[in-house]
Amino acid sequence: MIDSNKPSEDVIRIEGVSVLYRKPGERIRTFKEYAIRILQRRIQFKEFRALNDVNLQIQKGEIFGIVGNNGAGKSTLLKVVSRVLIPTEGRVWIKGVVTPLLELGAGFHPELTGRENIMLNGTILGHPRREIEEHMDEIIEFSELGDFIDSPLRTYSSGMYARLGFAAATTWEPDILLLDEVLSVGDESFRRKCEARMRGFRNGKTTSIMVSHSMESVMNLCQRVAWLDHGTVRAVGPAADIVAEYRKAQPGAGA
Amino acid sequence: MKTSEEFIYDSARRGPVALEELRGIFRYRDLIFQLIRKDIVARYKRSVLGVAWTMLQPLGMMVILSVVFSTLFSQVKGYPAYILSGLIAWTFFSQATSAMMTQIVWGGALLRQIYVPRTSFAVSSIGTGLTNLGISFIPLVLIVLIIGLPLRWSILFVPVSMLLLGAFALGVGLIISTMSIYFPDVADMYNLVLTGWMYLTPIVYPETLIPEAYRYWFFHLNPMYYYVKIFRAPIFEGVLPDGDILIVATLISVTTLIIGWLFFSKRSDEFAYHL
Repeated sequence: MIDSNKPSEDVIRIEGVSVLYRKPGERIRTFKEYAIRILQRRIQFKEFRALNDVNLQIQKGEIFGIVGNNGAGKSTLLKVVSRVLIPTEGRVWIKGVVTPLLELGAGFHPELTGRENIMLNGTILGHPRREIEEHMDEIIEFSELGDFIDSPLRTYSSGMYARLGFAAATTWEPDILLLDEVLSVGDESFRRKCEARMRGFRNGKTTSIMVSHSMESVMNLCQRVAWLDHGTVRAVGPAADIVAEYRKAQPGAGA
Repeated sequence: MKTSEEFIYDSARRGPVALEELRGIFRYRDLIFQLIRKDIVARYKRSVLGVAWTMLQPLGMMVILSVVFSTLFSQVKGYPAYILSGLIAWTFFSQATSAMMTQIVWGGALLRQIYVPRTSFAVSSIGTGLTNLGISFIPLVLIVLIIGLPLRWSILFVPVSMLLLGAFALGVGLIISTMSIYFPDVADMYNLVLTGWMYLTPIVYPETLIPEAYRYWFFHLNPMYYYVKIFRAPIFEGVLPDGDILIVATLISVTTLIIGWLFFSKRSDEFAYHL
């Protein structure tokens, strides 16, 4: 079905995907409350469509951007790709292992040292132990943590956390890398280093999807961009075009 | 990383989730090991006594309980070892099942962002519990020797008892941690259940305390009774467990584990919406 020599090979296909969140009308937090409500037959569910009939194809080696206002479904789309959410309708087809860049602190433990955390984090990303040991020095070097690598994580600053997280996720040249607004942490020089690493991925084996509110980074890094609006894809195309269109649609943009 | 290239996920073509989880646990076995390591290392890193706590805790409990109850139950020969042999089984069960609920919360931050087998956190909690149970064996053997009970070969049976109790605890833990994802107050209710359950099980008192008329059903309807028996026989009595007791314990373990695994797996696709 798929010719691996063709440069424009699809690695992600999203076909008619919808995600429905079923939220209780009034939030029920305890079992006691739930039992009472059942007896009173007073449970109502409100449905909320986070994604509505989304179709996208993403090719190998691309850096694909997703823009849109808050609540447009950007993060939900990433969750569908990372297998965290199973779509309510439609189909997601993915070739390769998906590596999301985790939020600050997730997948780390404050009492363990940087080195121990690289091991923990690596196994969470699905890498075998031996492979992590092989990449250990490379990760430590990229994270610029120096002697701190053997101190417990609770002594780290948030910038150091971010550096360790980015280094641990990207040193492997993952098949598919997901970045959800994460390049905004860390200082300027480290951000440039991250962007350089991502550009190095371009047209290689790593496909990246990034969600960002920073139009600068999107224009800098992405070839193609999708604009999400209230759960539907409003436009897909070359980064410059879509960003321009998206900016025009912002309230106050024309004034 | 050649193999990962061939990995294909298709949301329209998924097998049964329970099997997917089972395969996932095997594929992520290094993660399970790291999670166990994290639990053990993180617990002891900031304490001076370190691993010694695992041994001191049941010992301390045993001392307190034997001082409190020894006048009441003086007819039991080697009473401290009687308590300790039941107590370590109970402590393992209650700690491992409670830990599963806390672990799924720690893991929840991850489960909202990345795919890992969702049973990993439960399986690793059992691993941590079994490790601690193994360590708490050292003081137990010492007590047995100090109070002059004979140490017999039957003690080599204990790993089998550990495995059976581990399977039961995993099954129970999977069920209650699924419920606690939907309703956080299940954790509080479970603590209360545990306290009551402990006193229904002959851990601090001899079985003869219960009037003979009700004794049979009182004990035989309580799953923990069988596990306490298969721990106490090889350690305290120095014999292999009774065949009937062992068969019932095995049946309970297998059934509970299968039910728990299916129940957890069936719900696990929804976890990301709730955590």
